[in-house]
Amino acid sequence: MTEAPRHAAPGLAARALPGEAGIVLPAAPHGFSAPVAAPSPRSALPERLYRALTAGAAWLVLLTLIAVTVSMAVGGRLAFQTFGLGFITSADWDVVNGQFGAFVPICGTLVTSAIALIIAVPVSLGIALFLTDIAPVWSRQPIAVAIELLAAVPSIIYGMWGLFLFAPFMATHVEPWVNDTLGALPLVGPLFAGPPIGIGMLTAGIVLGIMVVPFIASVARDVLGAVPAALRESAVALGATRWEILRHVSLPYTRSAIVGAIFLGLGRALGETMAVTFVLGNAHDLSVSLLMPSNSIAAAIANEFTEADTDLYRSSLIALAFLLFIVTFIVLSLAKLMLARMDRSLGRTH
Amino acid sequence: MNWVFFRRRLADRIALVCAALATAFGLFFLAWILWTTFANGAAAINARLFTQMTPPPGADGGLLNAFYGSVVMIALAIAIGTPIGLGAGTYLAEQGRHTRLAAAVRFVNDILLSAPSIVLGLFVYELVVVPSGHFSGYAGSLALALILVPVVVRTSDEALRLVPDRMREAAFALGLPRWKVSLQVLYKAARSGVLTGVLLGVARISGETAPLLFTALNNQFWSADMNAPLANVPVVIFQYAMSPYDQWHALAWAGALILTAFVLALSLLVRLVARGRHS
Repeated sequence: MTEAPRHAAPGLAARALPGEAGIVLPAAPHGFSAPVAAPSPRSALPERLYRALTAGAAWLVLLTLIAVTVSMAVGGRLAFQTFGLGFITSADWDVVNGQFGAFVPICGTLVTSAIALIIAVPVSLGIALFLTDIAPVWSRQPIAVAIELLAAVPSIIYGMWGLFLFAPFMATHVEPWVNDTLGALPLVGPLFAGPPIGIGMLTAGIVLGIMVVPFIASVARDVLGAVPAALRESAVALGATRWEILRHVSLPYTRSAIVGAIFLGLGRALGETMAVTFVLGNAHDLSVSLLMPSNSIAAAIANEFTEADTDLYRSSLIALAFLLFIVTFIVLSLAKLMLARMDRSLGRTH
Repeated sequence: MNWVFFRRRLADRIALVCAALATAFGLFFLAWILWTTFANGAAAINARLFTQMTPPPGADGGLLNAFYGSVVMIALAIAIGTPIGLGAGTYLAEQGRHTRLAAAVRFVNDILLSAPSIVLGLFVYELVVVPSGHFSGYAGSLALALILVPVVVRTSDEALRLVPDRMREAAFALGLPRWKVSLQVLYKAARSGVLTGVLLGVARISGETAPLLFTALNNQFWSADMNAPLANVPVVIFQYAMSPYDQWHALAWAGALILTAFVLALSLLVRLVARGRHS
C-alpha cells in the first residue's frame, strides 16, 4: 500500500454541497483536482459502511480484551473486598464456612507450569535443533507436522490419556523410583517423597510439558532456521561443530525470540484447564510433595464453578480467573515483545 | 589422539543424540496418545453411537444429542466469528495497515489467541448466562466464537497482506472504490488463506471444553433448542470420563476418538490447502 489513491476520503466525498443534493464531490488526491469520475451517492454509502464495519470489527477485538478484564474484576470484587490480600496468601479454602484463600491453586498453577517448562524447554530446543540441522532433509517436514499435531490434539484427550494411561503408569513405574532415589536426597527429598498415587503435581506438570512442546518447538525451529547463512557459514569455516554453532552462534543470535517462545509456552501452560483438571486431583491441601494431589486456578474454576452456590464462592472463583488473566496477559505480552525484537533484528516488519 | 578435538567431537555427538532423543520423546507421546485414543475408541464405536441419546448411568446409549449440539454450536460460532474476524483482518491489512489502532489490535489479538479459554467461558457466563438466567447453546456458540475470532483475524490479516500491492493499484486505477477492491479482488486472491484460517479456527474450537462448561453446560436428553442447555461432545466426554461407570467410559472414548479424528483430519487438510497456496 504505497501509492494507492485514497479513493473517496471520508467526510469529503460523502458530504454533498448545499443546493446540490445528491451530487458528491470526488476526493482530491494529493491536493489537486484530478478528473476522476465522481463516485455516485450509491457507491459512497457502501464505502462508508465498509470502513465502519471493518474498523468496528477491529475495535471489537480490542474491546473484547478490555471487557473480559473488567468483567472478571467486577465479578471478583466481592472476594477481593472480603478477604483483601489474604485471598492470595491464605491456604484456607473452606467452602462450608465461606473462607476462600487461593494460595493452593495459585501455587499449583505456578508449580505445574514450572515443571512443564523444565521438561518442555530442553525437549523443544532439541527438536528444533534436530529439525534444522540433523534430520535428513526429506524427513524434516513430516516430523515437523507430527510435532505440530501434538498441539492440535484437544486438551481433553490429553486429560483422558493422562487419567487412564499416564497416571497409572506414573504410579506403578515412575513414582516408586522417584521416591526411592530423589526422595532420599537431603534438601530436595521432601519434594519427591510421598504416596505414589499417580495423580498429582508431577504428573500434571509432565502432561503440561508435553502439551507446550509444540508451541515452543515451532517458534524455535522458525528462528533457528532464520539465522543468516553468512553467520553459520563463518562458524563452519572456523571449524565449529554443529553443537558449537548452536551454542555460540545460533542461540545467542536468537536469544530474545527463544525466550519469547518459552514465555508463549508458559502462557499456554498457566491457562491450560482440561488436561490439568483430570490429573491434578482437585485437592485444596497444601503439601510440599510434588507427588501429592493439588489444584490449579483453571482446574479449580472448571471443577467448582457450577457447584458454587453462594455469591462469595462464585466471586472467589471469578477473582481467581481475574488473577490468571492478568498474569497470562503479562506473560504473553512479554513473549510478544521478545518475538517482535527478533523480527526487527531480522529485518522483518509487520 | 588430539584430546581437544576428541572432546569437541564428543560434545557434538552427545548434543546430536540428545536432539534426536528429544524428537523421539515428542513423537513417542504423540503415538502413545493417538494409539490409546484409537484402541479404546474403536472398541466402543457402534451404530448406537449415532442413533441414541446419552444414557443415564449403567445403561447403553449413544452420543447423538451431543454430536448434534456440537455441530450446531460450531456452525453458529463460525457464522458469528468469521465476519468479525475477516472484517478486523481487512482493517489491519487494508485501510488501517500502519495505524496505531492496527498495531494495538494485532498485539491484543495475539494475546487473545493464547488467552486461557476458561476465562473466556467465564466472561460469556457473566455476559449472557447471568442476565438471561440460564445456560444456553447461544452462550456456548458465543464463547466458541470468541476463540475463533483471533484465529481468523490473524490468518486473514496475513493472507491479505500477501496479496501484491500491484493488484490493489490496478483495481484503484479502474476507479473501484475500496469496498469493491476488497470484496471483488482481494478476497478472491486471499481466499485460500482466509479459508485456512477458518478451518484452523474450527479445529481449535471443536475440542474446546473449558469455555462450554459454564455456557452451554450439558443436556442428557435430545434438545434442539439453542436457548436451553445443549449437549456437546467435549463436555460429555469430560463428565463421562470422570464418572465411575464403565459404559460411560466407553462412550467417552468413542467420543474422544471421533473428536480427535475430526480435529487431526482438519489440521492436515489445512496444511494441504496452505501448501496448495504456496506452490
